[in-house]
Amino acid sequence: MTDIALSHRPSPEAQKARAVLLGRSRWGVAEIAFWVIAAACYFLLPTKLSLLSEIAILGLLALSIDLVLGYAGIVTLGQGAFFGVGAYAAGLAAKYGAGSAPWSDPVIGLFIGGGFAALIGFITSFLVLRGSDLTRLMVTLGVALIVDEIVNQTKWLTGGSDGLQGVLPSAVLGIWDFDLYGKTAFIYSMVVLFVLFLLARAIVKSPFGLSLQAIKGNPLRTRAIGMPVNGRLVAIYTIGSFYAGVAGALAAQTTQFASPDYVAFHRSADALLMLVFGGAGHLYGGLLGSIIFRTMQDVLGNITPQYWQFWLGATLVALVLFVRGGILGLLSGLRDRMKRKGDAA
Amino acid sequence: MSAKILLESRQLVKRFGGILATDHVDFTLPEGARHALIGPNGAGKTTFVNLLSGVLTPTSGEIFLDGVNVTGWSARRRAHAGMARTFQINQLFADLTPLETLVLTISERENAGWSWFRPVGSRADFVDEGMALLRQLGIEDIAHGRVGVLAYGKQRLLEIAVALAQKPKVLLLDEPAAGVPEHEREQILDVVAALPDNVALILIEHDMHLVFRFAKSISVLVNGGLFMEGTPEEVASDPRVRKVYLGEEEVNV
Repeated sequence: MTDIALSHRPSPEAQKARAVLLGRSRWGVAEIAFWVIAAACYFLLPTKLSLLSEIAILGLLALSIDLVLGYAGIVTLGQGAFFGVGAYAAGLAAKYGAGSAPWSDPVIGLFIGGGFAALIGFITSFLVLRGSDLTRLMVTLGVALIVDEIVNQTKWLTGGSDGLQGVLPSAVLGIWDFDLYGKTAFIYSMVVLFVLFLLARAIVKSPFGLSLQAIKGNPLRTRAIGMPVNGRLVAIYTIGSFYAGVAGALAAQTTQFASPDYVAFHRSADALLMLVFGGAGHLYGGLLGSIIFRTMQDVLGNITPQYWQFWLGATLVALVLFVRGGILGLLSGLRDRMKRKGDAA
Repeated sequence: MSAKILLESRQLVKRFGGILATDHVDFTLPEGARHALIGPNGAGKTTFVNLLSGVLTPTSGEIFLDGVNVTGWSARRRAHAGMARTFQINQLFADLTPLETLVLTISERENAGWSWFRPVGSRADFVDEGMALLRQLGIEDIAHGRVGVLAYGKQRLLEIAVALAQKPKVLLLDEPAAGVPEHEREQILDVVAALPDNVALILIEHDMHLVFRFAKSISVLVNGGLFMEGTPEEVASDPRVRKVYLGEEEVNV
């Protein structure tokens, strides 16, 4: 039937169609600008480097939720668990590996943190394969509560509620030491975020990434066209856990500390909130959301220390009620409208 | 007339609680078949198709696809073995474009769905095949629009295109023209009539016009059981069928 078309050279229409598909993975001006500005912050805001590192780390955590929720449609309230597992794994590696290279190297620590989180993510991914959004919400929340309790109860290992002390990562790749001004921490966090972002970008633009969006859209049909739906969901949930684990590892290394606060429920909830703020399913939503979230926290916290959460809540309610798809949803809506106006003129 | 049997059910039964939705159905579909499955509302047509395609598991009985017992197989495995279907109610990916939908289906068929590093569209042969399918169904002009905002008739055509992209041996069409406005109906009838000969087709349909135009053989299902089987002429002239089915149709008209 369609084999006839295959033996010929692709038609001009097919070549044009291919250009349209490939065009979706090309870098836009706004995208390039985003990363240039992010890098320029090193020079523009030299006194805020610690805050910026924290934003990058939270952005990475929100990005991990975007992969799982924004693309594959798995609702989760437990991403903080993987963040915490990554933080403690990397923190312990730095603490007990101190001096014995290469185990104390932060880059190795990232893989240890990400790896442990991915392992837990892989095991628990089978729990979120079935069931409704509500079931998944409860299952991911339950897993996070279990991890939280384990961290609190294994005082001999984690330091319990006092947190993990003595996390002293050695110089990054044995060259760049962490400094008091947070210069190394900022560059290190940004490079890790950028590299993982590139990887995430490749994933979501690939056939694998498209299949996740299809599963989110209609699981019944994806099975009917012969797609291994469960395998795909396990894969992205594990990848998302790895990302969250790396974010946690970064947090432990740059703050030289890990505490139960890293696995607490509010960690998961905040990260989800950031993603919803920025807009899920665009990759940049979590990054923008973390910038806005932390900036609001900082600015409002200075103006009205008692009430900043009130304004945060009010903004969230307004955003969810009046703008579907967060800030990026608002922007892409405006762009479409302008395009239509341009076409009509 | 001893064509190879591509699809067969033996004593297929499906019970939902006390209801016998599929009642010991023996059914065979030879290569190149143009077979219609008809019956009054609630006769169990869609249940039967869901059993064949693997959406539902039978209570008892067996299903063979190209000589292989696939009774315990998942829908996914049956799809890879050559079974494709369309749905009575559109089951499409609203946020994808028609071309993306087809390229995705082709990647899965070719086991390239795990590919994660090269962007969608890097396989020129997949895109070319997807465009050829859109052209074949006369919807190439909407290749890049969002599926969710397409006209209903176009979505019905895309349903068929997705199933064809699987290069099936057996294709189950579940009421392809259901809910399509009159002026778009003809396009769907033409597409169904022009489907490739090497695919064995089962058409489930209420529309007698479409059934008699398209089918070379017909099975009538009543209360989950096979009521009779024959050529369109035999079925149309059978007084019992007229009574249980066609008669009812006349009342409706």
